[in-house]
Amino acid sequence: MLKIDSLNQEFMTFGPVSFEVNKKEIVGIIGESGAGKSILLKSIADMLPHEGKIFLDEVEQQDIKARQWRKQVALLPAEVVFWNHKIKEDLKTTEQNVIKKFGFKPEEILEKSTDDLSSGEKQRIGLLRIFENKPRVLLLDEPSANLDEKNKKILEEIVLDYIETNNASAIWVAHDPLQLKRVSSKIYQITQNSFREKV
Amino acid sequence: MVYLSYYDLLFASFFLLAAGILSFCLKLKTEKSLLIAASRMVVQLFLLGLILKTIFSYVNLYMFLLMAFVMLFAAGFEVRGRQKYKFKGMETFFIGTGTMGTVAFTLSFLTLVLIIQKEPWYTPQYAIPLMGIMLGNTMNGVSIGLDRLSSGIVSGKKIIETRLMLGHSAAESVADIKRDSIKSGMIPLINSMSAAGLVTLPGMMTGQILAGAPPEEAVKYQILIMFLIAACSALGTMLAVTIASKRFFDSRERLCLERLK
Repeated sequence: MLKIDSLNQEFMTFGPVSFEVNKKEIVGIIGESGAGKSILLKSIADMLPHEGKIFLDEVEQQDIKARQWRKQVALLPAEVVFWNHKIKEDLKTTEQNVIKKFGFKPEEILEKSTDDLSSGEKQRIGLLRIFENKPRVLLLDEPSANLDEKNKKILEEIVLDYIETNNASAIWVAHDPLQLKRVSSKIYQITQNSFREKV
Repeated sequence: MVYLSYYDLLFASFFLLAAGILSFCLKLKTEKSLLIAASRMVVQLFLLGLILKTIFSYVNLYMFLLMAFVMLFAAGFEVRGRQKYKFKGMETFFIGTGTMGTVAFTLSFLTLVLIIQKEPWYTPQYAIPLMGIMLGNTMNGVSIGLDRLSSGIVSGKKIIETRLMLGHSAAESVADIKRDSIKSGMIPLINSMSAAGLVTLPGMMTGQILAGAPPEEAVKYQILIMFLIAACSALGTMLAVTIASKRFFDSRERLCLERLK
């Protein structure tokens, strides 16, 4: 589904990188801070100039309009930010069922100010926002770094459910090896200058 | 017309001197800047007077164009100098001079040909002050607009990138910042138009009346000039901010802050 072929970026300490993510698969990436995990995800999302080729269902990144690519290969950054004052101005989705699925009470959350969200709520709203584009691949950059165990599990369930019901896939960057073992089928480890599958 | 002697000017300078002494006594530390600015103003205006006296007696298209380009490049450097963040190389200068030049030259030419109707249209007594006042005001609008744009984009990096990640276009991602920047560039002129005649007597009109022109003629000229400088500044700011906002992104709509110094 997503094929990464000799990807390299000037600020990555490792690379070039090649790997594939299949349909309904979650690939985990673990590594030290500052090694370039976020840069790798940003390059895959075409947010940074890079070398090498990336294919989505055998179509090369450069052959798809940038904004179309970013809708299909959607990045959830580590820090979710908002530019509107109320959640309802930030979301296109107003379907009660969809919002409930994310653990929210629709009438409460839509009226809530974006400044009053907890870390867990921010991440879930961030996910809800990228799901509106029906992405094929999710790029998750430490999505549960600041969450407690309960919120971590909620987030994992939401992602796993999305991937299952939409035939999607994901690359999940995290610091927690136990979490990656739970959600992903294979894990790549980034060290100072290497990127290899963790056995 | 009541002619002024140099003693009259010297007398007027005592008022400013009094303000400087008061500033010194109150330890405001503005007396030095006040003195430098006042000295610069006197030297610059006397020099300008001498240059204008020569140019006014010499009606020549090339002379007018030379003077206009000197003013335009000076304005371009001023715009570049007033930026907190500027593009690497001379890009900010070219965006500034390109937009100010296009708008100020076009509007000045149209005004001279269609409204002033003096033959030839580049008669320096009309063409140079008109060009100068339009460039000066457009320069203010453009420099404020560009400065707000780049500061807004640098501080709003995370929001812009988040919007791009959601599939928004580069234009959509900076639309709010662009709108605020254009507004900031236009506010000084909107304020001065709203207050004209009520709170302030515009400087040009005051000068004309003091120099002996009938008030109704001075008013007509003031309205003409205000229309022109407002249009010129608004168009220049919109154009400069629109062009500069595109330069923050590459062909794949990625935010390129590395293009800034």
